[in-house]
Amino acid sequence: MQLIRQFELKAEEMYKMAGKIRGFFHAYVGQEAIAAGCMTATTPDDPYITAYRDHGLGLARGISPNAAMAELYGKATGASKGKGGSMHFFSFEHKFFGGHGIVGAQIGTGAGLAFAEKYKGTNNVVLCFFGDGASRQGILHETFNMAMTWKLPVIFICENNHYAMGTSVERTSNVIDIYKLADAYEMPADKVDGMIPENVHESVARAVKRAREGDGPTLLEMKTYRYKGHSISDPQKYRSKEEVDDYKEQDPIQRVLKTISDNKFATPAEIEAIDNKINTLVEASVKFAEESPLPDDSEVYKDVYIDQNYPFIVD
Amino acid sequence: MRSIPFREALREAMSEEMRRDERVFLMGEEVAEYNGAYKVSQGMLAEFGAKRVIDTPIAELGFAAIAVGAAQNGLRPLVEFMTWNFAVLPLDQILNTASKMLAMSGGQIGCPIVFRGPNGSAGQLGAQHSTAFDSLYANIPGLKVVSPSNGYDAKGLLKQCIRYEEDPIVFFESEVMYGDKCEVPEEEYYIPLGKADVKRAGRDVTIVSYNKMMKVALGAAAELEKEGVSAEVIDLRTIRPLDWETILESVKKTNRLVIVEEQWPFASVSSEITYRIQKEGFDYLDAPIRRICSADAPMHYAANLTALAIPDVERTVKLVKEVMYSKK
Repeated sequence: MQLIRQFELKAEEMYKMAGKIRGFFHAYVGQEAIAAGCMTATTPDDPYITAYRDHGLGLARGISPNAAMAELYGKATGASKGKGGSMHFFSFEHKFFGGHGIVGAQIGTGAGLAFAEKYKGTNNVVLCFFGDGASRQGILHETFNMAMTWKLPVIFICENNHYAMGTSVERTSNVIDIYKLADAYEMPADKVDGMIPENVHESVARAVKRAREGDGPTLLEMKTYRYKGHSISDPQKYRSKEEVDDYKEQDPIQRVLKTISDNKFATPAEIEAIDNKINTLVEASVKFAEESPLPDDSEVYKDVYIDQNYPFIVD
Repeated sequence: MRSIPFREALREAMSEEMRRDERVFLMGEEVAEYNGAYKVSQGMLAEFGAKRVIDTPIAELGFAAIAVGAAQNGLRPLVEFMTWNFAVLPLDQILNTASKMLAMSGGQIGCPIVFRGPNGSAGQLGAQHSTAFDSLYANIPGLKVVSPSNGYDAKGLLKQCIRYEEDPIVFFESEVMYGDKCEVPEEEYYIPLGKADVKRAGRDVTIVSYNKMMKVALGAAAELEKEGVSAEVIDLRTIRPLDWETILESVKKTNRLVIVEEQWPFASVSSEITYRIQKEGFDYLDAPIRRICSADAPMHYAANLTALAIPDVERTVKLVKEVMYSKK
């Protein structure tokens, strides 16, 4: 969680202050408990797929800070060879299937990953993330219907951070409790406090168990909050500073630190050592990204087709 | 040699490849228990079972998305659309996910999938069931676009797509061709993509077409022959990549080119061919390149308006005579 937080803050700094990162940029700051709780409830073989706010889940899944920062810099050493950018982190090695920029599209694609797991007879479960905005897309309903009909091993995780860009959940539907959308398809669903990693873990673990046993999908609505704007260019006029501060009071990292301290799981010196290690990693990722080369110009026609002999139209 | 309908050639292609590779499955509306809206998949449920021949709800965006996800996670889906007109809904998945994921992931995640179904007009079906989408999909990098005109080519090309192509495929058929009989050998064969076929050799003019408009092209060539005009007819078979070299070689011989297609005219396949041939073969042309497309309007229902909207033999013959500067 701390790695995600510090990485995002550093990346934002390199975007705003140094101008080293361009394009859309959606920070995960405030939502780290979801990534943490999901990771402890799944295995490295369980595929993950998410939307464009993907840095946090990508790092959680195992993309290195170096590869993540280099991707933001658009460098050849990035997680997607500098071809994806902020919104399109991928790591096939870590079963991280992106990084998708069309709101809601990955809900269907994610169910397809689960279709393949079931077809192949594995025991793997897909975690498919989307925001509250995506819950109003038609593809959610088509996918929920088929995922339930075919009992696909997928957990739909709605990271409800209360705002679809600048439009609050209340303004987008008569149904404010997103988890209730599952009712129409008789899909099990739950409402979870997404600021508490233990709660996230427990709800995901239950859903994963059910999916592994062949009982199909679950919708988990995780109430969370993004401290930053929708994207880096968001003036945030749709919410008050007080509201943001209220949520910061519930900060998931501070909560975990308190739990550790109350239970003496670690000494302050050990915590400090972790923080120092993370700072070193994040600083090193900036250096790595700075020193990495841009993709070669010839890369423009690479990774477009697997067919290596495709005759591109070049004039 | 035996002669079988177009739909049966497609079915043989799918079934042969499904017998070979467990990862291949067929998904779509009415493909299983109903045996296919146009009976292309007749009998496949009985042979392969419900795991591999899958009826979907009427939710083209959703099931296309599930197939795309399955392709990215190790399977090789065959998706049947009842008509490509319904596939406008999943265009997001085809354009934004299937065609782009390899690039966005820096080469990590491919999408070996075949989307197939009937395309274009099929009689008086009105505006919403009559659009030909070849040129629209051919505009999209990352996809390959196949549009055969006969059962022999359809079988060989579809087998190639399922077995050997690792990139996403858009495969166009036609409701009005499914019953057409064609000689198809019993022996297995594959036809590589990106290779046009010279269907009829000629000296005086080159006519290029594809899919069911090949009937118009060949019909026009037969009419022209009666009047002493020797037309060379080329069937593109694949739209993307486009085999313009075969067209150019023909134009070097005939010095005249007419294109017959069912697309709307703006930025159509003929537009692209015209650009390429004027660039590569300017000095060989003795007349402007001409084309006959669908009318630049939605398809109207009335019989006369439907007939006017798509190319026919009579107008093609007339156009050829114009590029021949023929007085007759």
